[in-house]
Amino acid sequence: MAENTYRVPPREGPDFQAPSAPRKGRFEMAWEQLKDNKLALLGMAIFGIFFIVALAGLLLTSGTDPVLDPALIRLQEKLLPPLSKPHLEALTPEEVPELGIYLFGTDNLGRDVFARMLQGAWVSLTVGFVAVGLAVIIGIFLGGVAGYFGEKNIRRDQVGAAVVFLAGWVFLGASWFASGWAMIGLGLLYLVLASPLIHRRVLEKKGRPSGAAGLALGNALTMDTLIMRFVDVMLCFPSFFLILTVVALLPASIYNIMIVIGLTSWMGSARFVRAEFLSLREQDFVTAARALGVSDWRIIFRHMIPNAVAPVLVSATIGIATAILTEAGLSFLGFGVPPPHATWGNILSDGKSYIFDAPWLTFLPGTAILIVVLSFNLFGEGLRDVLNPKLRER
Amino acid sequence: MLSFMGRSVVQKIVTLFFVSVLSFLIIHLAPGEPSQADPLNPKFTPEMVERFRKAFHLDKPLHIQYLYFYKNLFTGNLASWKDNQPVLPKIWERFLNSLPLFIVGTLITWTLSFPVGIRSAIRRGGAYDRTTTFLSYLLISIPGFFFAYILIILVVNSLHVPVIGMETFGMSGASFIRMIMDRVWHLLLPSVLAATGGIAILSRYVRSQMLEVEGQDYVRTARAKGLPAEQVHYKHALRNALLPFVTMFGLILPGLIGGSVIIESIFSWPGMGRMAYEAILARDYPIILTVNFISAVLVLAGTFVSDVLYMVVDPRIRL
Repeated sequence: MAENTYRVPPREGPDFQAPSAPRKGRFEMAWEQLKDNKLALLGMAIFGIFFIVALAGLLLTSGTDPVLDPALIRLQEKLLPPLSKPHLEALTPEEVPELGIYLFGTDNLGRDVFARMLQGAWVSLTVGFVAVGLAVIIGIFLGGVAGYFGEKNIRRDQVGAAVVFLAGWVFLGASWFASGWAMIGLGLLYLVLASPLIHRRVLEKKGRPSGAAGLALGNALTMDTLIMRFVDVMLCFPSFFLILTVVALLPASIYNIMIVIGLTSWMGSARFVRAEFLSLREQDFVTAARALGVSDWRIIFRHMIPNAVAPVLVSATIGIATAILTEAGLSFLGFGVPPPHATWGNILSDGKSYIFDAPWLTFLPGTAILIVVLSFNLFGEGLRDVLNPKLRER
Repeated sequence: MLSFMGRSVVQKIVTLFFVSVLSFLIIHLAPGEPSQADPLNPKFTPEMVERFRKAFHLDKPLHIQYLYFYKNLFTGNLASWKDNQPVLPKIWERFLNSLPLFIVGTLITWTLSFPVGIRSAIRRGGAYDRTTTFLSYLLISIPGFFFAYILIILVVNSLHVPVIGMETFGMSGASFIRMIMDRVWHLLLPSVLAATGGIAILSRYVRSQMLEVEGQDYVRTARAKGLPAEQVHYKHALRNALLPFVTMFGLILPGLIGGSVIIESIFSWPGMGRMAYEAILARDYPIILTVNFISAVLVLAGTFVSDVLYMVVDPRIRL
């Protein structure tokens, strides 16, 4: 009879009790909630259409011999209203539009606005996603470090080395190359090699030495203070003005715009991630993982980031909308993508001189920006409701 | 409270120092130099450029330039590189032009958002609430320059009034009332545009604050003891829902500068945003850096004022 008491419970058969954990996954539950929010669904649908259109735009309008040429100038066909037929007798065979009709009309140089809008869609899409992707990566990294390693101290000697390292770059900018590179090298060498060595050989074995050496090795500030004060500094800049300044100083290119928007808009996600990490760090599953000897980075990436990502996802969706608006504003002011390439902002900017004669040049790109930005905002707000546990119906 | 204020001021001055360093570095390490702003101009001979660089300390190392710059800024000797005018009076003049836009825009924002937000919170889920929600998303999403052109077409076509600029050219002989009306028409569109985003965001915020307070126990108690709905909404709920907005008086300060670049360019409004835009085009570093510095001061002063106000109005907060 003794072996019966230790019998393993059956895995199947009539005695088997199904696990009582919730059957629906996280995404299934989120989807069920999202289904009820008509506006958010609409936003998602428009976003899907926009994605397909932008992809089609990239395929149809790029390359040396595009199907729809957005840069083909037909001066005899300028300022035709939407849906008008081309004057076939005035065009050479390669100038005849592929669709046989000017779906969105033509602009002041007789370029096909439909082709230009398609080309611009891809610009808006990539600017939105790349800029926000960059911002989210920086935000998660800095916010995560501040939240998880926030109590770690930075020693005074490390601060000094970092100052030397940064000053080296400034010296390079002042074209003092020899001393600049020397300072960068020294600072980096100290930070990467000497300071861990000091930590292992001196501080862990003998404790802090007294006197001047001890003063230099003392704690200056915590990681959290450093990162969050940096966030405060970044928040002091008027964002559109800063972006405008930097974009105007740099050579005109779409990549510069993406990078600059990304580098100036990560502060929100850094704050969200830090706040989430501070509360997650104290929870039992993290303590359990640490007790099992799971490494810090695995805890961060496998256990904490998936739980902290909800508010970031919401702010990223709305951030895409803001980035698209910012890019359109920059194009409107004449910065950003160099001229023959079309963006929605510069189609509108070129068309504003013909606002009474050719209103479609203003209204088509304007409405397109409005609809895309609106869809991202609606979808983001819907996500916020779905992912917010306080509002979830039980 | 005094110790909190002291600590806060020190912290903000340190932040301001880093902002000044960072903005200086961003501008000066970016490729290109102001002496190359107009390379095709035949008057810019190498000797000219050299003299120019010497006059504005551009030949010195960066940290010396930094010290020169902020010394000049604080002693009031800073001059624009473009026209050699002193920077501070120039900015002050443009600031006075921007001020009416800002004031009217803020007034429109605050007088519209509160009634709209409160009403949609009281009728949560109703037709009014859903309409205003959608409208506010629409207003957040519409690009300012596009909306500006829609409004210009509407107003110019239907009302036949001039809207571009600050006043109609050659109005000096007109009667007083005509001049006032002219000013008002010119002021109307840009300030409505400046207010649109604010109305959408603020009314949503009022709505969510109001909803949060309406869910509190004391509001339920008030309702349970049979008070009329008006009294519950406006006396018990609204008063507490308004608390966080006191702090917003501090946070609207930075709005004096930011965000007006596009609108002022469209309407040829000679304000600060337009001046900043022109300075960027001309690589007029003193103006760019000073505007940036002032707006950082405004942001920091705004957060400071809002922190202090919050402590004054909410006795639960003791730092």
